[in-house]
Amino acid sequence: MTTPVRALGFLAVRAAADLGAAAVFFAQVGRCILTPPLRLRSIVDETWKLGVLSLVVICVCGITVGMVLGLQGYNTLVRFGATESLGAVVGLSLVRELGPVLTALLATGRAGSATAAEIGSMVASEQLDGLRMMSIDPLHVVVMPKAVAMVVVMPLLSALFIACGVFGGWLVGVRLLGVDGGAYLTSLETSVDFRDDVASSLLKAVIFGILVGWVATYRGYTSAPTAAGVSAATTSTVVIGSVAILVFDYFITALWGVGA
Amino acid sequence: MSPSPARDLVVGLFVLAGLAALAWLSLTVGGVDFDRGEQLVLRARFDELGGLKTRAPVVISGVRVGQVSAIALDPDYRAEVTLRLDGRLRLPADTTASIVTAGLLGDRYIVLQLGGDDRLLANGDEIAFTESAVLLERLLGKLVHDAGGERNTRGGSPEGKDGGP
Repeated sequence: MTTPVRALGFLAVRAAADLGAAAVFFAQVGRCILTPPLRLRSIVDETWKLGVLSLVVICVCGITVGMVLGLQGYNTLVRFGATESLGAVVGLSLVRELGPVLTALLATGRAGSATAAEIGSMVASEQLDGLRMMSIDPLHVVVMPKAVAMVVVMPLLSALFIACGVFGGWLVGVRLLGVDGGAYLTSLETSVDFRDDVASSLLKAVIFGILVGWVATYRGYTSAPTAAGVSAATTSTVVIGSVAILVFDYFITALWGVGA
Repeated sequence: MSPSPARDLVVGLFVLAGLAALAWLSLTVGGVDFDRGEQLVLRARFDELGGLKTRAPVVISGVRVGQVSAIALDPDYRAEVTLRLDGRLRLPADTTASIVTAGLLGDRYIVLQLGGDDRLLANGDEIAFTESAVLLERLLGKLVHDAGGERNTRGGSPEGKDGGP
């Protein structure tokens, strides 16, 4: 009779405990960042893995998304004879939403899952326990550089994504469909504002970087020390990371005052 | 991982490329403008802006020479617009500023038409001759009103038509 209710209670307690543990983990990693040494060497290596190796995916997706926006925007705008505003449509969509959100989703799939799998298999092969035995904090050596690199890399990737997208929109709009090149750039420049658009885009990218870095390292660090545990950690990184990005995106947009 | 100079170079290039993209977004697209050389700052008052926004372009003969940097309400409840223009411009004192629309429903921008005065506008001067924005709704309303009025003068009521003076 009370079994389903009890199951619900158990789930709620476990969810709360998990969130609390994640918060403690976040604080511990934050303390590691403030404690020297900085481990610049590891951070640069992680930037290579998370950033440079994601570059091809980000650029190809950016150009393609920009080209699609160019086509779709043109088809809508041409009905109103307002194709000069194509630059504004492509630029605003990319800067405000698609740039940071799609970059974060791609980075979750490409870099977040790899991070979780790497830390997870370190847990499974007892490498972290080995570090602890030598009284080296695995949070400082393994987790902190990955999390920091994720936060550093995300705004850079997002900016490159937006630049590629604007170029893709230019390719389709100006080269293919014959919108005036000057009008494309002018409408882009006059409609995109620094505070409303570029700054909020940057803030989003940084927050998504923190989210993805947090989820990926936490899931990897707490994965069960088995093959199934590593696979579960990778899956839940992608799922939780993607959902968190989209939910946070709504709240950042609403709080930044776009609707007001 | 062992230090690898080639990889570090690529990481450095990646960070530079990302920062360059950020700078491009902020400066060119986002329009954070530092004082690029000398600028000519002028003010102009209008009765109706009709949706003119800050960062709207200011053009002479269709060439962009600056932008609207601020919009405020003056004590007489007229709109005071601050224009930030290229400092090399030499504008006569009787220059006219008009708010016009790009296309039928496009964005508002300001057109400067030069006069023939010998005196020049200096930094901080006010453009005396302005032409406010034409509101499409008001124009349509006037058109409808005029058309209605015309029909009335032609003879609105049957009596008027039959037994007119």
